[in-house]
Amino acid sequence: MSAALFPGEAEGALLVLTAPLSFWGGVAATTGAIVDPRHPQHGTCVAGRILVVPEPVGSSSSSAVLLELIRVGLAPAGIVLGRADAILVVGCLAAREMGWPAPPVLVMSGCAALPAGRARIAQDRLVLLPSEGS
Amino acid sequence: MLTLTDAERAIAAGEEGEGAATALRIVAESAQRLGAARLIPIASAHIDGCLYHGDSGTLFAEMLVARGARTRVRATLNVGALDLLRPNNVRLAGVPRAMALRLMRAYEALGCQPTWTCAPYQAGHRPAAGSDVAWGESNAVAFCNSVLGARTNRYGDFLDIACAIVGRAPYYGLHQAENRRATLLVDATMLPAALRAEDACWPVLGAWLGAVAGERVAVFDGLAAEATEERLKALGAAAAAGGAVALFHVAGVTPEAPTVEAILAEGAERMALTPAMLRTARACLSTATGDTINAVAIGSPHASEAEACALARLLGGRRVRVPFYLNTGRGVLARLQQRGLLRGLADSGVVLIADTCIVAAPILPEGGGVLLTNSAKFAHYAPGNTGYAVQYASLADCVESAVAGRLVRDESLWQ
Repeated sequence: MSAALFPGEAEGALLVLTAPLSFWGGVAATTGAIVDPRHPQHGTCVAGRILVVPEPVGSSSSSAVLLELIRVGLAPAGIVLGRADAILVVGCLAAREMGWPAPPVLVMSGCAALPAGRARIAQDRLVLLPSEGS
Repeated sequence: MLTLTDAERAIAAGEEGEGAATALRIVAESAQRLGAARLIPIASAHIDGCLYHGDSGTLFAEMLVARGARTRVRATLNVGALDLLRPNNVRLAGVPRAMALRLMRAYEALGCQPTWTCAPYQAGHRPAAGSDVAWGESNAVAFCNSVLGARTNRYGDFLDIACAIVGRAPYYGLHQAENRRATLLVDATMLPAALRAEDACWPVLGAWLGAVAGERVAVFDGLAAEATEERLKALGAAAAAGGAVALFHVAGVTPEAPTVEAILAEGAERMALTPAMLRTARACLSTATGDTINAVAIGSPHASEAEACALARLLGGRRVRVPFYLNTGRGVLARLQQRGLLRGLADSGVVLIADTCIVAAPILPEGGGVLLTNSAKFAHYAPGNTGYAVQYASLADCVESAVAGRLVRDESLWQ
């Protein structure tokens, strides 16, 4: 089951978070990199990815970090949340008021089990794309 | 399906200005996406958007000012990226410094109170139990819900100010009584009383809760004798930083849990807390080993008057040998000044930081190293935000370590 929290279309490589991540304190707004050294994906860049967040946690400043990533062009291409959470969606709503294109956000149960590979967000669905060459 | 009242539709149509219409769009669209059927009036807001993360936040706030928006309920402000009272404390320079100041001024221009603290509940902003409010800042949310019994969700930056401007919030989540019941019972009766009576146990309880609970509401049994406001503040801040905890109950202490039975949901999970579980959670707060420390910081959430007084007492006039930062609000600072304590703290070498803090602005000495703290929240955010590794210890150990110039930690309670 999935539903759109913020509409739009996007395509990119899936990045499934393997541990909870707060954007504030966890993602650098200047580089898009995961900077929390405790996070198993420390050093990975979220820019341009379909970022899968099974468990949205942490700071209420995360909407501001997402808005800044959007402004400087380092936001994920799309976001998939394991449960409805307002904090990242509000970053997208603020971007729209500023006239900046914002990534689509889906809520999708069981998203922690998504495989690696490319995917597309279209309306309220996530579509896994065949890997290149197959 | 969201239904707006006539008054709300009028705001959306711009009858109260473009600023209010913008705010209503953000509130209503958030409400719709969260499945709220309507908006509800709020009594107050606490605004977390005034901390500089890049120019986008400044441009957003100035857009609201330019469109004529004004808050219509009491709205206190969280920390900014500058110490307005002691500007040299923060190394931010050039355009970022100018934009951080413009951001803080824009929120003032929207009608918010310049409290500049992440502990507004210790700066006179204490909404009544049962009232609906829209608060940002995860620790303030946890305290407001849990200790005060007022009702708020975790409002992200921008939604908090939008709610303050329209005086309304989406009716969902923790605004609804049925969602405030505990779905997790934590039995803490097996913890030794001496451990429960130690301040440094409470951030660890919070860190443990944040890791296991996610966003679930827990009720603790067995903490009533030792729970104080300061300890609940530390527990909530740790749980909110490490997880998405917005509400917890302590049976016999917090307003919605006179007893476990009064607040426990049917089918709740039960967990028995052991010292070993807390030892693991405590170990996770430190990212460094060895006895090197390069700086010490306390005050996340912002230190209360009581915590600052405890610091002065533990120092007893001795000087620290590594940089030592006391982060607090300007309201507490003023009271410490009245009590004649500022001079002694400064003479001991303590650097007083107000309006901001060491994980929100470039304050710690450049070059990195190891930060020692008694705050689980600092321990959580310092590595990512400052580049410092962290060690966690009690306030007394922080003071002894700062005086010794190396880590001195009493492990006896944790054996």
